[in-house]
Amino acid sequence: MERSDAQLVDALRAGDEETFRVLVREWHASLLRVAQIFVPSRAIAEEVVQETWLRVLGALDRFEGRSSLKTWVFRILANTAKTRAQREGRVIPFSSLQDPARVPEASVDADRFLPDDHEHHPGAWSSPPRDLPEERLLASETRARIARAIDGLPASQRAVIMLRDVQGWSSDEVCNALDITEVNQRVLLHRARAKVRNALEDYLGSESG
Amino acid sequence: MIDIEAFSCQELVELVTDYLEGALTPADLRRFEEHIALCDACIEYLRQLRETIHIVGAITPDDLSPEAEAELLAVFRGWAPADV
Repeated sequence: MERSDAQLVDALRAGDEETFRVLVREWHASLLRVAQIFVPSRAIAEEVVQETWLRVLGALDRFEGRSSLKTWVFRILANTAKTRAQREGRVIPFSSLQDPARVPEASVDADRFLPDDHEHHPGAWSSPPRDLPEERLLASETRARIARAIDGLPASQRAVIMLRDVQGWSSDEVCNALDITEVNQRVLLHRARAKVRNALEDYLGSESG
Repeated sequence: MIDIEAFSCQELVELVTDYLEGALTPADLRRFEEHIALCDACIEYLRQLRETIHIVGAITPDDLSPEAEAELLAVFRGWAPADV
């Protein structure tokens, strides 16, 4: 049965290892992805996650339930990662998180549409989406390609698509955990999904007609 | 069927996430649906984006190695009250 945050916190305070293990298994991949927005390497992100858990455990008595436990843990992670990034002398790419729309990005290459000055149909598809063979969509090789495409995304886009589409978080949860606006969350999600679709089309797409 | 009011295909693909997230204004939602109703290529694009979301959802994040889990449990044991 799903336990409430208060029950989880009580179990952790009592030293219940199984509760800790469940939370670690559920959140680890997401914690790593979010940490990687701020720090330069996977190895440092692993350290940040470990330090985060230490801070979380040390601060459990101060958890007041004003946000969800999940949001609270991810906030602590973001702070830990930012501090670590500064120590590493890294310029934190805040703009990628706080102002992603500043640099425009096309979901689909502009050369797949008719030019703006086209006489009849400016901006209409000149090279429409290619068919994706249904039977190969859920093949494990396709999933592996998709996972690789996600790994290749900029860190902030990767974190958002991971939380929303892999972990199934709501947009509110993602906004709260990353401390970003709805609009920026949508921009990051949009770009991530568009790039993954492009990768899918590159891999599976066959010319129709 | 493209007039000045309508979205072009190129504009529409940039609105797909806003559409799926229910974030379009009522006026833009109407323009979006009017376009989609008449455009096979954009219907296909929208369908593929839904497929993409579906497949991404089938990925299992497998980042927690047994070693990493053991390390984190050691952190927990080092912290946990000893007299439970």
